[in-house]
Amino acid sequence: MTKLIVDGTEVDVPAEYTLLQACEVAGAEIPRFCFHERLSIAGNCRMCLVELKGAPKPVASCAYAVKDCRPGPNGEPPEILTRSGTTKKAREGVMEFLLINHPLDCPICDQGGHCDLQDQAMAYGVDSTRYGENKRAVEEKYIGPLVRTAMNRCIHCTRCVRFLAEVAGVPDLGAIGRGEDMEITSYLESAMGSELQGNVADLCPVGALVHKPQSYEVRPWELSKTESIDVMDAVGCAIRVDARGREVMQIEPRVNEDINEEWISDKTRHAVDGLRAQRLDRPYLRENGRLRPASWGEAFAAIAARMKSADPKRVGAIVGDLTAVEEIYALKTLMGSLGVTNLDCRQAGEAIDPAWGRAAYTFNPTIPGIEEADAILLVGTNPRLEASLLNVRIRKRWRMAPLAVGLIGEAADLTYPHTYLGAGPETLADIAAGKHSFAEVLKSASRPLVIVGTGALTRPDGAAILSSAAALAKDIGAVTAEWNGFAVLQTAAARVGALDLGFVPGEGSLGFGRMGEPGALDVLFNLGADEVEIGAGAFVIYQGTHGDRGATRADVILPGAAYTEKNATFVNLEGRVQTTNRAGFPPGDAREDWAILRALSDVLGKRLPFDSLGALRRDLYAAYPHLAALDAITTSDVAATVDTLAGLGGEPGRPAFVSAVPDFYLTNAIARASRVLAECSSLAQTRGLEAAE
Amino acid sequence: MANRRLAPASEQPASFAFSPENAEWAKGQIEKYPEGRQASAVIPLLWKAQEQNGGWLPQKAIEAVAAELGMPHIRVLEVATFYTMFALEPVGRFWIQLCGTVPCDSCGARELKGYLQERLGAPGHVSADGNFSWLEVECLGACCNAPMAQINQDYYEDLTPELLGKLMDDLAAGRPVKIGSQVGRTSSEPMGGADTLSDETLFDGSRVGAWRKRFEDQAAKSDDAVGKSEAVSSEQRAASDPKPAKPDSGRAVEEPPTDAPAQLNASGETPVKPGDKADAADPKESTAQPNKPAPSAPETIAEAEAAGAEAGTQSDLPRDEPPPQPVASGASADESSPKPTEPKTPSANAKEI
Repeated sequence: MTKLIVDGTEVDVPAEYTLLQACEVAGAEIPRFCFHERLSIAGNCRMCLVELKGAPKPVASCAYAVKDCRPGPNGEPPEILTRSGTTKKAREGVMEFLLINHPLDCPICDQGGHCDLQDQAMAYGVDSTRYGENKRAVEEKYIGPLVRTAMNRCIHCTRCVRFLAEVAGVPDLGAIGRGEDMEITSYLESAMGSELQGNVADLCPVGALVHKPQSYEVRPWELSKTESIDVMDAVGCAIRVDARGREVMQIEPRVNEDINEEWISDKTRHAVDGLRAQRLDRPYLRENGRLRPASWGEAFAAIAARMKSADPKRVGAIVGDLTAVEEIYALKTLMGSLGVTNLDCRQAGEAIDPAWGRAAYTFNPTIPGIEEADAILLVGTNPRLEASLLNVRIRKRWRMAPLAVGLIGEAADLTYPHTYLGAGPETLADIAAGKHSFAEVLKSASRPLVIVGTGALTRPDGAAILSSAAALAKDIGAVTAEWNGFAVLQTAAARVGALDLGFVPGEGSLGFGRMGEPGALDVLFNLGADEVEIGAGAFVIYQGTHGDRGATRADVILPGAAYTEKNATFVNLEGRVQTTNRAGFPPGDAREDWAILRALSDVLGKRLPFDSLGALRRDLYAAYPHLAALDAITTSDVAATVDTLAGLGGEPGRPAFVSAVPDFYLTNAIARASRVLAECSSLAQTRGLEAAE
Repeated sequence: MANRRLAPASEQPASFAFSPENAEWAKGQIEKYPEGRQASAVIPLLWKAQEQNGGWLPQKAIEAVAAELGMPHIRVLEVATFYTMFALEPVGRFWIQLCGTVPCDSCGARELKGYLQERLGAPGHVSADGNFSWLEVECLGACCNAPMAQINQDYYEDLTPELLGKLMDDLAAGRPVKIGSQVGRTSSEPMGGADTLSDETLFDGSRVGAWRKRFEDQAAKSDDAVGKSEAVSSEQRAASDPKPAKPDSGRAVEEPPTDAPAQLNASGETPVKPGDKADAADPKESTAQPNKPAPSAPETIAEAEAAGAEAGTQSDLPRDEPPPQPVASGASADESSPKPTEPKTPSANAKEI
């Protein structure tokens, strides 16, 4: 620790701190543009200049280390002045230079109202200009469908360049030319290839990079902001939903150090327009082969008529990928009271049984825990597409210190160097048998991590693969008293919650695959499952938000609420319990899902024992106490579960693994309704084809 | 320096690959750097690619270098656009890079530029015969022989438009030319010959160090004169440009007052109108010091200003005119204060103070 005097206050900070950090510890505010605590230090905006006693000139505090300061002549601690005349003059000078070429666009600039330059010019600038020359003009650049450029406004902080190169790992942006003619662009104006590119617009301290889909549509002060949770993948990123009236206008990241730090993927951010399109806003009833709008009463009556005559053994219930814990609980309770045991939530057909223990389907080391791993084996997964922010964490770990990553499955660009080991289960067997050189790497690692993707589990031999992966994890010492190195990477936001509730078929009942077969059931209650084929014969009740695949096959449609329209609980892939908050109401006649099920239960004569969300949650928490611990992960006995899994045995098949997410941008009904994501998807496919050539 | 872009697609070759000997050379360059630092060889490789491609870098060469070094394309493009030594568009058989930085500029680079502009047209274009193209670049490090230009790999120094024209003619015709200084001196030795060791005036203080005495003499001689002339000029500036540090661009224009005493004085008019003086003389109209009997206003202003100016301060007495602009330091009493309209008696001043 080193002593420093900042504006007369003495502070004691670690020697490796920068002056900027030391000043913040002392409570002094330092303006900055290029500095960002999650990116490397560039030191090129000069806004953070402070006066360091003894230094001939003001120093850039973001790039000056505390340990580089010299003590005073009599050994006094180094002294920094952040409010002195020199500092003020330096800031005013820098601001004047920054504004020389910055257009006076503020009234028409999308950044207006949340612009760092605007705010800091107010706080640290001068009120007039002395610059009489023409301003610089810069050509606009195309850098992708999600980020619009207004390059006249660029102040060359290079945050976007550093983000893509360091965090996203897709170095597509750069600064060409030099001096006054420096320009930020992608190579020959090709689209950025990162699934995190929206973050560059968040990082831009001025209005040079703004979100293209929301161009000229929103002003920050007219939005109501709701803190919530993302459900586009199982990571459960912290988001802020900005709504105007009842319409969600944009989704921005929130800081959650344990999950997404402060980034979100493009799917999370730009699924917004999918919340407006293709919505189910009233009940529908199929008559003579065609769906017609109906009232809630008619819809419920039609369901009651079918249910009355149905044998509970010929009734099934399935839940999809975006379903919250509350409605799964309500559906499970309702089905239980009807005597129905044909329940399933494993839409993709994963070979996972909650009876094996919670550690069999969660990401046990947790996302921050990745930073402690020193060797990672990926089995049948492409984390970049299945859990982008988790992949960012792996990349962050790789940047911290050398990390051995092995991949079994589809060859992919993971944004960090890795060893491609093979395509299928036999490679896994080779490693387990020690025949592969990577086995040595795993064995010698002190904290090895085996990540099994759902792509490896959604196949007939899924259980055998899970078992052999668990056996390997046990063998290499991945599960010890202080390290949980066995992880299953879920891809659906609803899955862990549904498995926690045990929404799987009872003894001798039908699972997902069997329920979808033609003639297997008389009535099927489909709660938001869109990625499933349902055979002819069954009377399908679909409760969901979008007119997607599930609704097309339905006989009765009950319109529900999307994740931004309800207070709902989701359990992320780590087993962390989080809740969304309502940012607006569902459209038209649509209602919150648990309330629909409660109303339906009344019509079916099996009234559910709760009349409010609070009452539902009381029941839920009583039955599943770990769900009451919000934002926390309830620990489970990983070692016992891994032992159980390793003991399952079974013979893995031959076919190669395929990723659970073939198209990153179109994984669920909301994303498929989004025009923006459709464009991203087609662009990604074109790029994939070009790369294949 | 203007925006640097790749050449239009119509001029780009369809492919680029290093020739076998250049590929071998490139391998040697890459091997200079430790494992993982191969990107350090980007400049030599680009340089070689440019040489192989007739003096300019096509898109495919940038991509080939990127592939060779395992760098993203944009990183190589950044380097290629940063340095003017990499030509991104086709150049003539002789590519003239004319230095336009200060030492060359003050030694006549501007005439050379004018000459090239006249003979070859705008920079960056290849002449009709394909022989020449030119570009103004920043310092090439031969300032002692300014002005200079680099033509292909060689420096040509001490140029004049005539010498440059002759040089270009010779190059175009394939005649041998002299590299380096075009006026006959060897490398950068003094223009008058190699006399550094033999010239005694360099060591007796008559040449080296003589400048100091010159400045001292000048300073001593002109102390008063400079003070006076500065005061005069600042007075004039204050009159014509009353707010030099606060320009009004970007906001509502505020007309400067046109009847400030300093302005009136500068334009040769009476600073204070007799009528105003009469008004101000009325004790009933005076708002200042209501308890004391107001002294006669005209005298007060005139005398107090004169006194204030002598004491180096501004008058703080009430006045019915806008105050004169602050005067830059160095102004003496005579110039800075408006001429009193009435005769004053210094002794009376002293008494009042």
